[in-house]
Amino acid sequence: MTKEEWYNALAIRHGTDLQQKFSSASVALCGLGGLGSNVAVSLARAGVGTLRLIDFDKVDISNLHRQQYTVSQLGMYKTEAMRQTISAISPYCNVMTHTVRLTENNLSLLSDCEIICECFDNAVCKAMLVNGISEHYPEKYIVSASGMSGLHSSNAILTKKLGKRLYICGDGTSDVNTDGTLFAPRVMLCAAHQANAVLRIIAGKFEV
Amino acid sequence: MVKINGEELNVAGTTVAQYLIESGYDTKRVAVELNGDILPKTQYEITVINDGDNIEVVSFVGGG
Repeated sequence: MTKEEWYNALAIRHGTDLQQKFSSASVALCGLGGLGSNVAVSLARAGVGTLRLIDFDKVDISNLHRQQYTVSQLGMYKTEAMRQTISAISPYCNVMTHTVRLTENNLSLLSDCEIICECFDNAVCKAMLVNGISEHYPEKYIVSASGMSGLHSSNAILTKKLGKRLYICGDGTSDVNTDGTLFAPRVMLCAAHQANAVLRIIAGKFEV
Repeated sequence: MVKINGEELNVAGTTVAQYLIESGYDTKRVAVELNGDILPKTQYEITVINDGDNIEVVSFVGGG
């Protein structure tokens, strides 16, 4: 599959104007667990041009129930495993990886991405990233997630907008520490809300 | 009156930080929208809530 064949197939599906926007977009994925791995696969399929993947962790057997990794990837850094997966789906996607823990002190890793996906699992880290980006990079769009645990209704998962550039997907309340574990479909639903919010922002559709 | 998460409350005069703590929020887990903008965390202590303000508080939960 040549780059031209790949691009043309996407342009036929999405339309040339929209595909141009997707191809020139640059999106950061902060965390590559249940949310981030699923958002990454969706955005790679849509032909988003540049994905910056950030995670410090390795693929563990306990991740296979909801994250987009395979048995053959156990023990790999999630950044490298996801680079491999994306390359099998969308070989011309420009993937950049940072195998580090993202904190308030290295948010500059995100400086060249227009859209930041918050895909962490820890609530304090979620708030740190959302507040840090809002304060230091107010021009960026943030697509965050909160509340996708348990076997609750699919229909409780929503995309909400806060301020002018912050989107929060999820049911807002189901905490993994109190509502039970995470299940693949509901995490994927939330990740799909995030990925769709990203594509809508790229397309210039800013309302939810 | 002040509108917080859609509810009319009589909390004008307190700071955002005071309101959050008195309402039981963990300030390390929240994001606050004040009149359409995300309020930087460094402003919580010095921002006084005024009558007519519209505030949304999101308290993040774990899982991802």
